[in-house]
Amino acid sequence: MTYSALKLLTEGLKGHKTWPQAWRDPAPKSHYDVVIIGGGGHGLATAYYLAKVHGVRNIAVVERGWIGGGNTGRNTTIVRSNYRLPPMQALMEFSLKLWEGMSLDLNFNVMFSPRGALFLGHSDSDMLQLAQRGDAMEAAGITAELMSLAEVKKLCPLLDTSTLARFPIQGGLIQRRGGTARHDAVAWGYARAADALGVDILQNCEVTGIVRQGGRVVGVETSKGRIGADRVGICVAGNSGRVAALADLRLPIESHLLQAFVSEPVKPMLDTVVMSQSLHCYISQSDKGEIVLGGNPDQYPTYSQRGSPHRIEEAATEAMALIPALSRLRMLRSWAGTTDMSFDGAPILDATSVEGLYLNGGWCYGGFKATPGSGYLYAHLLAKGVNHAVAAPFRLDRFETGHTIDEAGAGPMPQNR
Amino acid sequence: MMLITCPHCGPRALDEFVFDRPVEAITAPDADTQTLVAQLYKRTNARGPSRELWRHSLGCRSWMTLVRDTATHQICDVEPVGGAR
Repeated sequence: MTYSALKLLTEGLKGHKTWPQAWRDPAPKSHYDVVIIGGGGHGLATAYYLAKVHGVRNIAVVERGWIGGGNTGRNTTIVRSNYRLPPMQALMEFSLKLWEGMSLDLNFNVMFSPRGALFLGHSDSDMLQLAQRGDAMEAAGITAELMSLAEVKKLCPLLDTSTLARFPIQGGLIQRRGGTARHDAVAWGYARAADALGVDILQNCEVTGIVRQGGRVVGVETSKGRIGADRVGICVAGNSGRVAALADLRLPIESHLLQAFVSEPVKPMLDTVVMSQSLHCYISQSDKGEIVLGGNPDQYPTYSQRGSPHRIEEAATEAMALIPALSRLRMLRSWAGTTDMSFDGAPILDATSVEGLYLNGGWCYGGFKATPGSGYLYAHLLAKGVNHAVAAPFRLDRFETGHTIDEAGAGPMPQNR
Repeated sequence: MMLITCPHCGPRALDEFVFDRPVEAITAPDADTQTLVAQLYKRTNARGPSRELWRHSLGCRSWMTLVRDTATHQICDVEPVGGAR
């Protein structure tokens, strides 16, 4: 069934009682060509592009909980490609181009809203770094605009642009094609589209073992029994290390915690995504009117999905200093996700030393924006056994060979980034 | 919020402390490349008890090792680095 305005009208007249279910709830088959571990946005997108682009039809996505219940539903929904290093630019721009056509492609409104992603500069040094980043983007064909204080003020009048501000603003760098998307809809849209192409989405099915024979993967043990597979793709950012350990692999990844918060909903007050070159504070307004805030990671390894209050205080302090009008808002919820922090800040998309076993992880705190690109490129790797040119730099062995992709220039310890 | 008992200052709030690295990632100056790669890039990343190096950076600035459960945040076995005074 295709969703359309006409269908919405006719189903609405019937009280929305007869919509068909969006995806099946199948029992596992005994064998699949490809099993993808992890039913988040990346895993579901991988399944979709494997079926659509590469014609693989016998695919399962195995998810421990429910689809989109992990980091796909725990981020601040920001989409952008304003990176400095060519491999990151190529990856995120590849992804951004897929975002731009995603709702039509999936026949599902993911509410992608290219409202502009603005980085604020607070000092001469900030402005130099923003100019350098903008130049790097322009050199890669990604449009960026350096903005003066007056332009920033016009774009976002609620910012405290006075010279007495706690974080005085000198200007900014905007990528107008950046913005936000509805995170749950991304998981649901990919799930529905993949299911329509025959992909089995197996929820509440935890992978407890990776079955190998003679150095080659032959399937996975799950809470619903053994499932045979020719190829297995790990796609569980946050828990990559734990799943890889099932195949006796150790990864260059540490699991950290990132928190986000939303306020009570208010009328439209902020139509741009506001970030900062110096502060770890991300501010946007959701379609429901909530102010969505993100802050610093908690800076120590943890799987708890439960953060410390001093990070909430820090993010709220910075947000209120930037936009004083936020001081009247009450926070509704805070939550945390477990993120795969790789040791250079860039993701890993590669084959592993176990034949037929592949890894997609290490997205640090930038996984959501990469969802479509990650899925497309991982599908290519799983279908062909070799990486797409855009994904080629994101090798698993780059740390030992010295080919790191250190966007922040901060070295190997995630808490120093 | 975690409460960490500094060997010198007693129980203090988490935000006075800085996590440095798991003890398994403390490298020796004369270690060979293979050992360094394993220590820095192929760590256990445990879900559960992990022995770690922390610093009371906004307090007495001393270093300590402790065992912290990365799933429950329970902390035990805090020991000063270099021995107690």
